[in-house]
Amino acid sequence: MNDIIVHGLEWTSKEMFTYPNEFIYWSIQIVMYPYMTGLVAGAFVLSSLYHVFDQKDLKELARFSLVFSLALLPVAAMPLLLHLQQPLRAMHPLFTPHFTSAISAFGIVFLTYALIVVSEVWFVYRRHFVEQINELAGEKGIGARMKRRTFKILTLGAMDIDPESLAKDKKAVRILAGIGIPVACFLHGYAGFIFGSVKANALWMSPLMPVIFIMSAVVSGIALCMLTYIIIMEYKKFKAVMAKGLGDESVKVIQGAEMEVISKSSRYLMSFLVAAISLEILDLIFRGYTAMKSWDILRSVMYGKDFVNIFILQYGLGNLVPFIILLLPGRTLRRVTLATVLILFGVFMMRWNVVIGGQAFSLSFSGFMHYHLPIIPHSLETFKEGLGGVVLVLSTPYIFFYFINKFTPSLGGKS
Amino acid sequence: MKFSRRNFLQKSIYGALAATLPLTAFKMLAPGEAAATLKESNLRWAFLVDTRKCVGCGLCVKACKNENEIPYDTPVTRTWVERYVVTKDGKTRIDSPNGARDGFTSPEMLGEKIEEKEITKAFFVPKLCNHCATPACVQVCPVGATYQTPDGVVLVDRSWCIGCGYCIMACPYGVRFFHPVHKVAEKCTFCYHRISQGMQAACVQACSFGVRQMGNIKDPDDPVTKIIMTERVGVLKDEYGTKPHVFYLGLDERVR
Repeated sequence: MNDIIVHGLEWTSKEMFTYPNEFIYWSIQIVMYPYMTGLVAGAFVLSSLYHVFDQKDLKELARFSLVFSLALLPVAAMPLLLHLQQPLRAMHPLFTPHFTSAISAFGIVFLTYALIVVSEVWFVYRRHFVEQINELAGEKGIGARMKRRTFKILTLGAMDIDPESLAKDKKAVRILAGIGIPVACFLHGYAGFIFGSVKANALWMSPLMPVIFIMSAVVSGIALCMLTYIIIMEYKKFKAVMAKGLGDESVKVIQGAEMEVISKSSRYLMSFLVAAISLEILDLIFRGYTAMKSWDILRSVMYGKDFVNIFILQYGLGNLVPFIILLLPGRTLRRVTLATVLILFGVFMMRWNVVIGGQAFSLSFSGFMHYHLPIIPHSLETFKEGLGGVVLVLSTPYIFFYFINKFTPSLGGKS
Repeated sequence: MKFSRRNFLQKSIYGALAATLPLTAFKMLAPGEAAATLKESNLRWAFLVDTRKCVGCGLCVKACKNENEIPYDTPVTRTWVERYVVTKDGKTRIDSPNGARDGFTSPEMLGEKIEEKEITKAFFVPKLCNHCATPACVQVCPVGATYQTPDGVVLVDRSWCIGCGYCIMACPYGVRFFHPVHKVAEKCTFCYHRISQGMQAACVQACSFGVRQMGNIKDPDDPVTKIIMTERVGVLKDEYGTKPHVFYLGLDERVR
């Protein structure tokens, strides 16, 4: 009935002495988990910059990033579900939380955050819902009627759109976005706490971990929002070109608006990037300087086994190169696109180097473990915790966004 | 009474709150149960390993795997034995082929042949769960599936473990793993099913050299407690503050 599967044996190879039970138990999905949560939190913080601090230059992107963070939200929990050995018991931390565990807070923090995002979206789009109901009123056909019915449900019966109640909506959005920022930071900082508080792991244990996670989360969230925004606007431009020809006025309008949004948000991106890198370097220097018992093995992992992953791919290609690209004068769309892709890659490598790197050495400090990502699945486990699972997790938010955006249009200049 | 929408919503929230209050919150305790939860247990299990006597035969590992139904040919195991060989150049070599289930049958270590005259000292160290007084694994379990019994043994509830692996990560001793069949966190239980019935743990019984012993550390007349109280014993990795309860006689500083 039950197959005999030693979890981790499939993708772990060992070098020198490790304890017999040591394997890479937290694999690719645990890399994906902070990555996705980071994107959610970052996207939300970006939208809040507009709603709370009135950064008007972000207006266009704020709407999009809010809806996009709603689409990302269910996906943040997905890697955990794919990683659990007993996925059917995934709800137990909610039913019987054991509060000394950092993970037990997940459900509570996550749901609080979800409530804030959903209600903020509702307040932002309530006017749109009511307008749609009025617009669709005369239309016949089952599709239009279904659509109108859905919008009616979405309003929750609040059909009032006179200026006074709209002002109330706006105030509610502001308050929610204000509460949302600390909650988003908490959601992600707590993911950092999960790692930072594992005293058995020499690489993870650091009080800086939550702060590092928050900073890199905001970086990756902004970068993803910018990238997705560019892609969607390019597609719109492409459609406009196809329909009206290259020289048409509407093409230029789209192009101008796009560049403005992008160049303004890249300023925020850079400042968060500086904060993130400074903290990570501080952590690294501190470890080397204090040189505790674990430093010997950490050094051989960081400067030896994982050198390419950490210094070339993460800090070099993922941080330094995009930073220079963004700093150089004469910013172009193509260059910004390249920079955001590299930053997203850099943050992913940071998660990888924390999660996989933290398990790259034995608790005995006398041996190493190497992780081999399963590419071609031959069982459920190698699919879930392999490339297949990664692709699934990465593609799902876009599918959600496609459907959510049908009801809460977040792209294009209207309203 | 006016039944407005506000009123309705208010009532539903109260109803929902009442429904979420678990019935177990109102559990009545029998007098005996109440006394048992309040009174401190006068039993605390502790383990004693005399490393000087261990010959690395691996019978303990074999017995453990059979007794506790850990699939025999998997590399994971609740207990294992490590071999340490220190050579004249000051290097320490460690190995534990298959957790020493079949003993140490080859003089080669991790594919390396060591000249006998180069060896300055060599010894075996059996390892198992330390049943810590402040266990990191219990602290981090998100659902309370791993817990400590009043007599100090750390156990896993197989029907409630969600298999997140946080306890495996939190244990500084690497004693935990996922059970290859049950797919939940697994570890040494001090053979709780045996010791609570007055029997010896499987590994203790299997050891022909008296390396492994168990006793009640709260009983000053217990032979094991006497050794722990009168001789120089060590514990593994006390820097983590977990207060391990497996004590070692003749522990070398090179033991990790």
